[in-house]
Amino acid sequence: MTLDSPAVSPVGDGGDPERVTAAPAGAGSPLRGRRPSPWRRRLSRWDARLSPYLYISPFFLLFLLVGMFPLLYTAFVSVHEWSLLGGQGDYAGLDNYRRVLEDRYFWNALRNTVSIFLLSSVPQVLIALVLAGLLDTQLRGRTLWRMSVLVPFVVAPAAVALIFGNVFGDRYGLVNEALQAIGLSPIAWHVDTLASHVAIASMVNWRWTGYNALIFLAAMQAVPRELYESASLDGAGRVRQFVSVTLPMIRPTLLFVIITSTIGGLQIFAEPRLFDTQGLGGSDRQYQTMTMYLWELGWRVRDLGMASAVAWLLFLIIVLFALVNLLISRRVGTLGGRR
Amino acid sequence: MNRRPGFLVYGLLTAFVLGSCAPLYWSFLVGSHSREVLTERVPPLLPGGHFLDNAQRAFDAVPFWKALGNSLLVSTTVATSVVLFSTLAGFAFAKLAFKGRTPLLVFVVATLAVPTQLGVIPLFIVMAELGWVGSMWALIVPGMVTAFGVFFMRQYLVDAVPDELIEAARVDGCSMLRTFWNVAVPAARPAAAILWLFTFMATWTDFFWPLIVLPASNPTVQIALQQLQSGYYVDYSLVLAGAAISTLPLLALFVLTGRQLVAGIMQGAVKG
Repeated sequence: MTLDSPAVSPVGDGGDPERVTAAPAGAGSPLRGRRPSPWRRRLSRWDARLSPYLYISPFFLLFLLVGMFPLLYTAFVSVHEWSLLGGQGDYAGLDNYRRVLEDRYFWNALRNTVSIFLLSSVPQVLIALVLAGLLDTQLRGRTLWRMSVLVPFVVAPAAVALIFGNVFGDRYGLVNEALQAIGLSPIAWHVDTLASHVAIASMVNWRWTGYNALIFLAAMQAVPRELYESASLDGAGRVRQFVSVTLPMIRPTLLFVIITSTIGGLQIFAEPRLFDTQGLGGSDRQYQTMTMYLWELGWRVRDLGMASAVAWLLFLIIVLFALVNLLISRRVGTLGGRR
Repeated sequence: MNRRPGFLVYGLLTAFVLGSCAPLYWSFLVGSHSREVLTERVPPLLPGGHFLDNAQRAFDAVPFWKALGNSLLVSTTVATSVVLFSTLAGFAFAKLAFKGRTPLLVFVVATLAVPTQLGVIPLFIVMAELGWVGSMWALIVPGMVTAFGVFFMRQYLVDAVPDELIEAARVDGCSMLRTFWNVAVPAARPAAAILWLFTFMATWTDFFWPLIVLPASNPTVQIALQQLQSGYYVDYSLVLAGAAISTLPLLALFVLTGRQLVAGIMQGAVKG
């Protein structure tokens, strides 16, 4: 016990010194009942007032330094000529943006990113919903099932990319061998644009479906069981119950998963980058994504000005996508409610 | 849904779990055979005896030991620091009164949605100014506390610590820091363990930022993996042995703590 202090209510007052009240004298401690010296009381008051700010300051300082400042400074870099080695050059206005928007590889990267994102997020959410529905039953060995679906989550995206790069190999790949074994022709997974997107999306789907299923499962378990009972009395079958009771009830969670996977999915990097050995997204950039394009401009072309312009454009695109998601799910929600 | 699941449910779940484990098994399978195995029409179903050879060659090809040491150092430091600072901040937001508490908390939550990866260019410039490019400082310092961690601990501590307990500690003359240490920290332990695990895994698996700031000679595990695959000819028994080795530490962690990971994901979902 370092300070014999009067009680300061830790909650509910805004640090107002007038609300500081003397502790009721108790019998337990030998220190009780002795009046604390004024400087100790002051010290304790300052302790109560300043400590909260002290405790939250590491987050805010670090966020300013490595979150906020870099994002804003990206805008500054993007309107300058700026090389990786030479540093800041002349003011360039919107020239970097013009050059990016005139580059066909920018639009190519945007198309690829959106395509891979759709191929990964849509099936992922749908399968995760079904999987969560399966897990939300009275299974034997519940914990073991839940842990099992989480196995892919421990494999890093880089390792996933290497494994799937091999499984989807153009020659000798497991998938193509299987296709040929049943009499189909092999697919050029590393050459054909859509095929490469499917392969890359399958990595994302594989790693995240079980994880998202557990999130959905948690939300499903919070649905009051009476709702199912009354639905079942109304003659609704299991599928109907899932669509009409479960889905509307877990809508906030659905929205949460969709928005976080949008923010993450549009920044996809490791999977396409390691899908082949060159790391540029294919011979004709068939699977170069926005973040890969940013990396190529910044650390291959060594033009940080242009790369910053890409970063800002990507930021705007992500915000746009999140908003569109929000609007669509609002829409779907109100339609569902009207039924 | 309350009914007892039938064969269909178990069948579908089994299929899903097999699919979840298959690529990992494939990695080990190819990594344990000599490289000719991939040219065979029918791939083997059982592991071969070459895993240690392949692993040895992987360790010779790239600085894998160094990479494992670096990843362990960075992930442990970042996870511990995130837990410490997030618990402090979470405690303040959950249990202490101060001016601006609500707006500041809203700010923390809002930053969750900011794609900070897009700030890499200035962050790289800052790291270069500090002389940290190529060193582990560049990986450790930016990750030392996260908005997610602060919010996660705050959500947990709001319910886990009764206000009366804090008042009692203060009446007994505990300083704020002592109150935090004696009251909040013991209550925070389960959530702190979960936060530590997730932060450790996220740091271990990070690829983009280490690729930018680390040289080939001083990699993390993920960067070492990338080096294994560079070049025109790819020896897949080597590469996939490396992929399997890089996953082993996390797999071991998963076997020990999978229960907590599942609980963590499910808690985060309900509260977040």
